[in-house]
Amino acid sequence: MKAKMDLIVNGKRLDGRGPEDLREIKITSNVIRNAAGSAYIEWGANKIISAVYGPREALPKHISDPDKAIIKCRYTMAPFSSLEEHGKPGMNRRAVEISKVTAEVFEDVILVDSFPGNEISIFIEVLQGDGGTRAAGITCAAVALATSGIPMRDMPYAVSAGRIGESVVLDLNKIEDNYSEADMPVAISPRTGNINLLQMDGILTREQFRQAIGMVKKAGETITRIQKEALIKPYQEIAEKYMEG
Amino acid sequence: MQIRAITEEYLKSRYSRNLRDDNRQLTEYRKIVLKTGIVPSAEGSAEIFLGNTHVITGVKIGMGEPMPDTPEDGNLITSNELLPMASEAFDAGPPSPESIEIARVVDRGIRAAGVVDMSKLFIEAGKVWEVFIDVHVFNYDGNMFDAGTLSAVAALLSARMPKYEDGKVIREGSLGRLPTGNIVTSCTYAKVVGKVVLDPDSNEEAFASSRITIANDEQYIRAMQKGLSGSFTQSEIESAIEMSFDKSKTLREIIKKAVGD
Repeated sequence: MKAKMDLIVNGKRLDGRGPEDLREIKITSNVIRNAAGSAYIEWGANKIISAVYGPREALPKHISDPDKAIIKCRYTMAPFSSLEEHGKPGMNRRAVEISKVTAEVFEDVILVDSFPGNEISIFIEVLQGDGGTRAAGITCAAVALATSGIPMRDMPYAVSAGRIGESVVLDLNKIEDNYSEADMPVAISPRTGNINLLQMDGILTREQFRQAIGMVKKAGETITRIQKEALIKPYQEIAEKYMEG
Repeated sequence: MQIRAITEEYLKSRYSRNLRDDNRQLTEYRKIVLKTGIVPSAEGSAEIFLGNTHVITGVKIGMGEPMPDTPEDGNLITSNELLPMASEAFDAGPPSPESIEIARVVDRGIRAAGVVDMSKLFIEAGKVWEVFIDVHVFNYDGNMFDAGTLSAVAALLSARMPKYEDGKVIREGSLGRLPTGNIVTSCTYAKVVGKVVLDPDSNEEAFASSRITIANDEQYIRAMQKGLSGSFTQSEIESAIEMSFDKSKTLREIIKKAVGD
């Protein structure tokens, strides 16, 4: 049962956002020296690190594919990542599912045919979670992959939309997610608009679904811009240093 | 790879005539046979044949502690077993990510639609009823998601409700029914050689690039899950949603008939 809770008052959400507003997103690329690529994202109160290793020999041997690289993903939440109790470290059933659907997003965009017999491992660790961690994790991992130089057709982004009362809203935080009527994380390849991840539970009409996808695609322009800025920034800094001379 | 290419060509030419390997149309279900009450030891049970996919789902109800965030609601725990006897492709061992995904998607539709009235499963402070749904596949020929959801919902709707008296769980004698409030059904589609087909069998799944499951009741979408490494366009998903509302009318009737309502 949903407890009664006013999540939207006078068109404003608890944190002051309007229905279509994203939380503030900051991405830093190249944060883990040992990895082939990495990124750190702050998305509202979410704090997530992602790192990519590979292409490297796929292990154990029997899982390797002679035609293409296999994509492994491991999404985990740190035991200290929530305001509530100490969590269990490692993978629970939720993490297994999120890891699976996340790997599937990147299988579609990475040029896997280029690396037969290899694996590419994507690690996503949630340091602090405040709703929408799988979406923020995918957005962050896409940047980590781009910094690794692994060839991709597209750089996906993800964000969730949902329903609070009768309103469709974008980017639900933890408390909104807990009391919302529906939550729907979506990942999209911006060049084609193809939907690479779609999950949903709750209660949604067909019209609200269309509205939600529309909001996600609109927000995608902003998220893609932030992702690209994170990729360019280290080079800009070097360029500026040389300009100063 | 030669055989794969030939099979792909074959499927393409069949699909271009709106026909599948088993002569179904692209948006047609296989024959569904659903029966309830086949395992009397379980509080609820159902057996489904979805074409050659054979699934038995049991519902057991016991007593347990509530989840910290829902202290006054019962618990719902859904598991899936892809038994090694069901396919060459399955091995014994801990549940695979595929199996976990199936269990979680079946669970999500049932939970979101309020099939079980969880608020009526409260016993006393710190004590609630726990409803265990176990989806076991005995012969696998594709589309576990819909076979799982249909059989689980039928098993729940036909389940008897144990009683709690003097600190004991009473499972026999005159018992009422598990309190339920809604019917949810799911429709699963796969994109195979570029076409979206309903209720894929295992041959089609072997060629599927992406998959989507839509769970809905009469009025609302209740759960969705996209799977596999390919993608869908927005309009492909919108037509899948429209079709699911249409197909679910028949599926609900099949469940009602199996439950005997």
